Amino acid sequence: MPTLLIIVPLALMLVLNLPFLRAARRVSFWFCAILALVQVAAVAAHMGGLIPGYEDLFDRYINLTLTMSGLSEVVLLSIGIVVTASLFTARAVIENHEERFKFGNLVMLAMVGLNGTALLADLISLYVFIEITAVSSFILIAFNRDADGLEGSFKYIILSAVATAGLLSAIALLMMVSQGTSYAAVREALGASSNSFYVKLAMGFFMCGLFIKGGIVPFHWWLPDAYASAPAPASVLLAGIVTKVSGIYTLIIVTTSIFRLDGAVGEIIVVLGAVSAIAGALLALGQRDMKRMLAYSSVSQVGYILLGLGTGSALGIAGAVFHFFNHAIFKSLLFVNATAVEGSLGTRDMDRMGGIASKMPVTGATSLIGFFSAAGIPPLAGFWSKIMIIIALWQTGYTAAAVIAALVGVLTLAYFLSMQRRVFFGKLREGLGGIREARLSVLVPAVSLALITIAAGLFFKPIYTMVLMPIGEMLAK
Amino acid sequence: MIDDLAINVILCVLMTAAALWTVLTVRLLRSAIGLAVTSALLTIIIYRFDSPLAAAFELSVCAGLISVIFVSAITLTARLSPDRLTQREGEVLRRFWFLPLLVIIAGVLLYQTSIPIEMVVGEAKTGAQGDVRSIIWNTRHLDLIGQIAILLAGAIGVVLLFKERKHD
Repeated sequence: MPTLLIIVPLALMLVLNLPFLRAARRVSFWFCAILALVQVAAVAAHMGGLIPGYEDLFDRYINLTLTMSGLSEVVLLSIGIVVTASLFTARAVIENHEERFKFGNLVMLAMVGLNGTALLADLISLYVFIEITAVSSFILIAFNRDADGLEGSFKYIILSAVATAGLLSAIALLMMVSQGTSYAAVREALGASSNSFYVKLAMGFFMCGLFIKGGIVPFHWWLPDAYASAPAPASVLLAGIVTKVSGIYTLIIVTTSIFRLDGAVGEIIVVLGAVSAIAGALLALGQRDMKRMLAYSSVSQVGYILLGLGTGSALGIAGAVFHFFNHAIFKSLLFVNATAVEGSLGTRDMDRMGGIASKMPVTGATSLIGFFSAAGIPPLAGFWSKIMIIIALWQTGYTAAAVIAALVGVLTLAYFLSMQRRVFFGKLREGLGGIREARLSVLVPAVSLALITIAAGLFFKPIYTMVLMPIGEMLAK
Repeated sequence: MIDDLAINVILCVLMTAAALWTVLTVRLLRSAIGLAVTSALLTIIIYRFDSPLAAAFELSVCAGLISVIFVSAITLTARLSPDRLTQREGEVLRRFWFLPLLVIIAGVLLYQTSIPIEMVVGEAKTGAQGDVRSIIWNTRHLDLIGQIAILLAGAIGVVLLFKERKHD
């Protein structure tokens, strides 16, 4: 299965572009959406033990260094869900068939990059697949060819180039001590190496590159521009999964599978996580633009993931992985809702909204679920991941960070409550009487994502014992 | 060895100067030429570091393909008036006067703290496993798939972002 997850989206894109299949372009959305849903179903079935084997036909003939662990399964599941949500949003927002077809092409390429990143166990290939995702993202951000989109894309390209330079420098340094570039070979070489200065330098370069990709404070300033200026379906993809896989998943895998997550490394990650969580929440509080507020909220929520990872304990890493999944779901949900609101009102300025829940009840209700999960209200999924992270911080002696994590939850509640009050609650603002609920292709992903958030919270116990803790225990070793 | 090092340093200085000219000039065509010269000098440096295949890739991809894309993009832009051009040149010099200084300081700092070049080359040689071509074609299939995907993304980007421009 691993190879198919990389080859099929690429093959689908190539087939749909064949000149004699131009007629298929009008329905290309359905091919792409079905493929993403098949990925969700296949990975879920594999996690549930319904598909026992890993190897497929291609795995025998293509020389690859792939891995499919519990962590990569969670990431692949998140990718499938967010890509589906993004495609449905595109169906509602992009009217022109040809434009929608091009968008689908780019999403399929991003999916190749994301799936590859989640499955790889080799540093050079990791760099290649992060670049596929990045190049697709540059174009997706500038998709509308407006000034804002081009500016956001330009900022992302510049920062991404710096991150790439960091990653490549780190790989070059690691190749000085290792005979191969697979994670296992590098880890083994690092264990036997006495060349600690260059290893530390490589680790510094690698982590800085990933912090930029993940939008961690102080490398976060490209993120609000990219998220806010991108067309709505691209924002869903970027905020939901792209930055998380390129920056955060890779950080988890690099710190646990290659370097050792102990001592100063863990402390640096916890400090940056705490700073990101606070700074992101404070910056979100001051925003009027709905998408910019959600972007800063992402900076804050990613800080939580770092807090869990930095503890190095099984519980902390399991909490980080669960928050990774939860954030992918509820942030995609909130961006889908922002699309619905912008589509109906023609603005993202929250001061020009008010009381629209009466006109858009489904959007209002699903937004509330996303907001409750982000703020860590029980029994939704976000509550469980945050409580796991806070307990892990407490258990590993990071008491101050645990207190900060709990207090940032209050700040999160404050900015999301402010958003709900300004956008959905209260009396309907004058002049908004004519607005209507969003189209079905926006409501379908919104309701589905809200249901996933509820289900992941209600079925927390089996998820914790069967999925999360095995991942935490494996990575904490 | 000292002669070799001196030649490498001269090439690096020339490449840096060409790169600075590329970013500081306000005329796009000059900038494109600057990029090509930077890339050509980098190719010579890579060749001198005993990596002829990497040098060939650099020359063909950057000096060739990227310059062609760059020049195609320039043809889609409008020309500035002579007055505006002079004004813009003055603005760039006023804003970025520190850039050459910064490059020199960074160069000196990097030179002082860098890894001895003999050590890097020596270790890289012992770490190499066979011919680059056989590594790419026989053991790095996934990277080839990845490169195909990146090229496709680039092609879609050019079609999407430049084709429509003509109609604007």
